[in-house]
Amino acid sequence: MKKFIIFPLLMLLSICTLAQNADKYNKAMKKNLQALDTAFKSTASLLVVANNFERIGDAEKEQWLPYYYAAFAQVNIGFMEQDKSKVDAIADKATSLLDKADALSSSNSEISCIRSMIASCHMMVDPMSRYMQYGKESSEALEKAKTQDPSNPRPYFLIGQSLKYTPEQFGGGCGTSLPQIENALARYESFKPASDLAPTWGKELAESIAADCKK
Amino acid sequence: MKLTFTIAILLIVFKGYTQVEISGRMTDTKGKPLYGASISLKDSYDGTTTDSLGNFSFNTEETGKQLLQATLEGYASFEQIISIAGKPIELKISVKELITELNAVVITAGSFEASDKKKGTVLTPLDIVTTASAEGDVTGALKSLPGTQQVGETGGLFVRGGTATESKIYIDGNLVNNFFYSSLPGISSRGRFNPFLFKGTVFSAGGYSALYGQALSSALILESTDLPERTEGSLNISVIGIGTGIQKLAKDKKSSWGLTYNFSHLGPAFALIKQRQDYYQNPVFHEADGNFRIKTKRGGMLKYYSYWSTGKVGYRSEDIDSANLKNAFNLDNVNTYQNLNLRENLGKGWKLSTGLSYSTNIDEMENELQDANETRQVFMNPAGYAFKNFSIVKKSHYAQARAYTEKKLKGLNAVRFGADYFYSQEKNAYTDYNGAKSDFVITDQLSAAFAETDLYLSKDLAAKIGGRAEHSKLVDEWNIAPRLSLAYKLKNNGQASLAYGVFYQNPESTLEPALPGAGYAKAAHYIFQYQKIKNDRSFRAEIFYKAYQNLFTTTNDSYGRTVAADNDGTGYAKGIEFFWRDKKSVKNLDYWISYSYLDTKRKYLNFPEAIRPNFSAMHTASLVVKKFVLPWKTGFNAAYNFATGRPFYDIRFDGLQDKYVIADKGTTIPYHSLSFSLNYLPKLGKTDSKIFPIIVMSVSNVLGQQQVYNYTYGSITGNRRPILPTSRRFVFVGCFISFGTDRTDDAINNNL
Repeated sequence: MKKFIIFPLLMLLSICTLAQNADKYNKAMKKNLQALDTAFKSTASLLVVANNFERIGDAEKEQWLPYYYAAFAQVNIGFMEQDKSKVDAIADKATSLLDKADALSSSNSEISCIRSMIASCHMMVDPMSRYMQYGKESSEALEKAKTQDPSNPRPYFLIGQSLKYTPEQFGGGCGTSLPQIENALARYESFKPASDLAPTWGKELAESIAADCKK
Repeated sequence: MKLTFTIAILLIVFKGYTQVEISGRMTDTKGKPLYGASISLKDSYDGTTTDSLGNFSFNTEETGKQLLQATLEGYASFEQIISIAGKPIELKISVKELITELNAVVITAGSFEASDKKKGTVLTPLDIVTTASAEGDVTGALKSLPGTQQVGETGGLFVRGGTATESKIYIDGNLVNNFFYSSLPGISSRGRFNPFLFKGTVFSAGGYSALYGQALSSALILESTDLPERTEGSLNISVIGIGTGIQKLAKDKKSSWGLTYNFSHLGPAFALIKQRQDYYQNPVFHEADGNFRIKTKRGGMLKYYSYWSTGKVGYRSEDIDSANLKNAFNLDNVNTYQNLNLRENLGKGWKLSTGLSYSTNIDEMENELQDANETRQVFMNPAGYAFKNFSIVKKSHYAQARAYTEKKLKGLNAVRFGADYFYSQEKNAYTDYNGAKSDFVITDQLSAAFAETDLYLSKDLAAKIGGRAEHSKLVDEWNIAPRLSLAYKLKNNGQASLAYGVFYQNPESTLEPALPGAGYAKAAHYIFQYQKIKNDRSFRAEIFYKAYQNLFTTTNDSYGRTVAADNDGTGYAKGIEFFWRDKKSVKNLDYWISYSYLDTKRKYLNFPEAIRPNFSAMHTASLVVKKFVLPWKTGFNAAYNFATGRPFYDIRFDGLQDKYVIADKGTTIPYHSLSFSLNYLPKLGKTDSKIFPIIVMSVSNVLGQQQVYNYTYGSITGNRRPILPTSRRFVFVGCFISFGTDRTDDAINNNL
């Protein structure tokens, strides 16, 4: 009799623990995704979020998303950093995090997008001298992202965004940017994230570029 | 029973409801608070990030023994097992700063490095090709840096009171013997190699590494490019010639090959821009080069570069010793250069670097004394004008084998050691006006062994200690040259460096036959440097002292020829140099200023006493400005070079006194030169364009200022004549086209 009671109870218990763990992961991720939304005001707050994601990734071991977001936060720190001599190290940190995400989820279009951002980040340190290597790396990563998931709006958004801030003489400006942004916006409309933790960023920025270009 | 279970379940499910606070402060070993470190409990989500004061605090529901970790890039990681049992925990964490490439000091005394990647450099490879006064020549750009002289009458680098032969040039570690085109009397010769062949340049004005030797003053270390970015063809057409080439990158991007061919003919340009010399054979060159590069499985690289060129030139100029006679001088040259290089990772931190090079050079020179009707004049009376008719054939072979290994140790420490072997043979055949022949052959084998270590005592203090031993068969003795440099990081991105070294060089080959068994010429360098690089502004100041010993002295032999007498010549050079570069203060404008003060005297060759040599100016300064105007798709570059007057001497052998005397001397007018270049990229940004042209225009001596390089004296009459540029001004216009693949990406980079 005892056994019969213990067994279902143990079942219940383990299900509870699993559910609780999944719940804990979801909760922690959501909490940090919310924090990420508001963290762009300073590198300090982005760093806190980046480290939070990295800890979740280290603890979970099988989830690519925490590392992905940690890399995303780090590369944005790199873009915001004023002291150019520090940027390469930050971008390298982002790469090491992204490599961990890549090991858990290979040929992932979202990861290729961050790869492209990291290359751009390295490039910004000295665009004149680094355009050749990192400019190429960055655009190749975006081409890869497009083929890995043609429905992903973010490669188009990133291309459009970089064109927006490229001088017209270099083939940038609204003229070339807008078609890419509109392409991205069409994809944002139909894009279905794989889960409620999956990346959704970029739409608002794309909309503001579109609005700015249509002025 | 049931109750017990329920309690047990409740206890397990809600185990974490008791939170414990873990807080503390993280500092480095010197007590400096560390910002941005990640604090975590291993395998849990719990943790935090340290604030700007190094403080941290977080709550955890974990209990029992847990591993607390603290990590921060550039610092040793910290781990500690803590027992969480309901009570708050406070920790003091102290970690050691690691020595990494990012934070460690870089040894820079004596050298300028152009690199995209390394930190602590003040130049990039692009700077070399966009310096207006460079005129597409690697060494031309270096003449706008401190330490170099504005010597325009001959090729080569004159560094800190040293002659051009005291500067040696290396490509991928291998010595290049004929880096410059063969020299013509009174005409400066350019470097042979296209600046786009190189991705890295280290110009050492003194105190260079033990890996190199045989240069009393300076080493220019060039590193060739790796695999090209893409497959492409190229075509160029300019006022001096045409050329074409192809670079093919394999599909797997692991190997590449390339070929280029250039034909230059200066006839059309000389027809438009009048030359001081009267060319009866316009300079004509055929040049071809080939290369292959293969990436090895272990991340190493095999590179081969091959160069072949042939050229001829002939011109008449007025004879200095007479009013109506001319010298007709012509030169035929064939030059080849092969360089094979392998760099390989051997595993466990060992790297191997090996190289083989082989080069040949044939110069056939002829001089004829002619009258106004261009007929040959041979007369002994008066004073042996007949000797102005001669021919020389110089044939040289050079081979080098080199190997060294490097072992990376803990931190950034490293040791390197290896050996060099050089073989050289120079055959000179001289034919007199009357057909009398004399010739000599100099063959030498030079073996060298070297070792060097990089020592990082802390991230702020680094030393490079090395030594080089050489044995020349010709000199037949060993020399041992110690090298030492130190760098110390100061506050606010500043650093101080010191360098000391002893440098040996074989006797100059033209002096060798008369003095077998003479020892090496020797120089000792002492350099102190202060450098500060911050936010696109760089400043450096350098003080140096160089002591020369065992320089060659010459005398007249019984035939009146100059021959080596002894090697007891001495000299010194000392000075102070400044460099300032600013890419920030004016938007989209980049400029640098360099200034050199040089005090030097030497007693060597036929100098009767210690005098300032004629290739050294006391003050030299350059201003280099670069601006790219995007709407015009055009880069504008300007350079102003200035030097105070250089001394000149007429040193003659006085038979009565049986010694050399200074018969005449003076100082030239100061040297001023404004150069300008622009690069127009019409297809910039046209991503669909299959053809990418770059149009280049450059003008030397824009203001047409009078330039006198030096003076020369007639050997017979003592007549004095200035050495002037071959034309007051030169204008170069050319178009470089790449095709086959889109080149927009390199647009910004290749604005030549």
